[in-house]
Amino acid sequence: MSRANDSWFNRRGWRDTIITAPYLWLVLFFLIPFIIVIVMSFAKTATQSPPFAFLPDWPYVRFETYERLFTNSVYIRAGLISIYNAAIATVLCLLIGYPMALSITRANKSMQRLLLMLIILPFWTSFLLRVYAWIGLMGRNSWFNKWLTSAYNVLVPGNWELPAIQMMNTNFAVVLVMVYSYLPFMVLPLYANLEKLDTTLNEAAMDLGSRRWQVFRDVTLPLSIPGIIAGGLLVFIPAMGELIIPSLVGNASDPMIGRVIQQEFGQNRDWPMASAVAVALLLMLVVPLIVYNHFEAKAQAGAKS
Amino acid sequence: MKQRSTFLFSVLAFGLAFLYVPIFSMIFFSFNKSRLATVWGGFSTQWYGKLFSNSQVIDAAVLSIKIALLSATMATILGTMAGLALARFRQFRGRALMSGLVTAPLIMPEVITGISSLLLFIMMAEWLGWPGQRGFTTITIAHITFSMTYVTVIVQSRLAAMDMSIEEAAMDLGSKPWQVLRDVTLPIISPAVLSGWLLAFTISLDDVVITSFTTGPGYTTLPMLIWSKVKLGVTPDINALASVIVTVVAVGVAISAVILARADKRRERDIQMAIAANK
Repeated sequence: MSRANDSWFNRRGWRDTIITAPYLWLVLFFLIPFIIVIVMSFAKTATQSPPFAFLPDWPYVRFETYERLFTNSVYIRAGLISIYNAAIATVLCLLIGYPMALSITRANKSMQRLLLMLIILPFWTSFLLRVYAWIGLMGRNSWFNKWLTSAYNVLVPGNWELPAIQMMNTNFAVVLVMVYSYLPFMVLPLYANLEKLDTTLNEAAMDLGSRRWQVFRDVTLPLSIPGIIAGGLLVFIPAMGELIIPSLVGNASDPMIGRVIQQEFGQNRDWPMASAVAVALLLMLVVPLIVYNHFEAKAQAGAKS
Repeated sequence: MKQRSTFLFSVLAFGLAFLYVPIFSMIFFSFNKSRLATVWGGFSTQWYGKLFSNSQVIDAAVLSIKIALLSATMATILGTMAGLALARFRQFRGRALMSGLVTAPLIMPEVITGISSLLLFIMMAEWLGWPGQRGFTTITIAHITFSMTYVTVIVQSRLAAMDMSIEEAAMDLGSKPWQVLRDVTLPIISPAVLSGWLLAFTISLDDVVITSFTTGPGYTTLPMLIWSKVKLGVTPDINALASVIVTVVAVGVAISAVILARADKRRERDIQMAIAANK
């Protein structure tokens, strides 16, 4: 028997307790609820409590909810708006976060630690309150709105001038607040990636006559693709399922998927539909992850050979 | 040679301003005399006075802290166990399922976690007769479930970086398994366990979506109270409440960052001294 099998953690009672306790917890309170959601999506609504029922005969389940999901424009629209908002937020986070991460790596060590702390700190404060802070800024009477409006009025011809910019309850507000909330998720993985890059490569490229932007395009950018993908997923995934931001600053007629799920479940009491939309949302999140894992496995195989 | 780029540093300055201006603006307007939350009407601390005499706010804060303390502690125990299981046991039945279950809550949108937890509690009430009323217990269970996986990820990566031969050496020297756990493994992973607890505590304290699905009559946490007030618009008293919360969190994070950095330094010094002593 190898020595590893003789370690402290392999003694019987220990091993069983350490595995079983968290396992049972996750199965009971995470896996089973999720299975209930999947099963629920094949049920039908009923006027009873709880408000759903299964067909009385074989096959007991029905697919009509999914048919409605893929034919009703409400759900398709919500899906497209979610993808659109999440994608724009991800790109904007990348455009702001990449130069931020790169400039942090150029600072000295103690400055780097302070800057990272400043980036992480808002993440620890309440998410809800950060959204709330923007509600204050975007209102028509706020200093920020007035300031933006006067800047806008200087730039456009006279007859386009506005008394105030309508920011609250628009898709613009949703994207803006998502960029604000998820920017740290983009900066941190990018920083971790860029910090490890070998700067002698930059110097070599410079010595060989590359200009600074060429060094960036040909050396830094290709080497930082893993960081870009990691940061992109960390922004895109939570942005897709976001509920708080669209509910507080978004437009009710352009709902994102999270809001549709909540409405179907709450106001409409259509639990099967809420479950079906939830399953569809999860599939939309899992597909990019599988693509990512595929590329990562490929990259690792390439690095080994 | 370090390259200096004005462009990069101006984006960094813009990004930091973007992150902090809304928060500072909110704190600034919490001292507004005017009832209008976003138009300056003179300096006043009246909203703070009103806040601390508002029993609704105090009750909600106490409930939130109780739930966060209990759920973070349970999540840390269960999450550390799961981290140990995944990092130390190469093979056991259902290992693949367990590592899936540990990562899934991290990508699961909160609204789905909320609905599925609520459905579970409704089904359990239907079939088992428990929980008859949703409230403290159901919120805490839901919080433990989604925060324990954060603890697992942190502990697991710490264990993966740890030198296993130290544990084996302790076994060879005659330690019993629980002594190895107590004297070797847990002290080494303690900074990770502490960071896990802090993260679990903060996300429990901050959660509004999952809480609003799993709560019952009479149980309003602080974020739920803020949520219901924010929906009605911006008011100076929420500005004051938000400023208090942001300040407390910022001070707490700064203090724990210093403590964790010190613990790291001390451990590194101890290791170096031990190596030097053995030479």
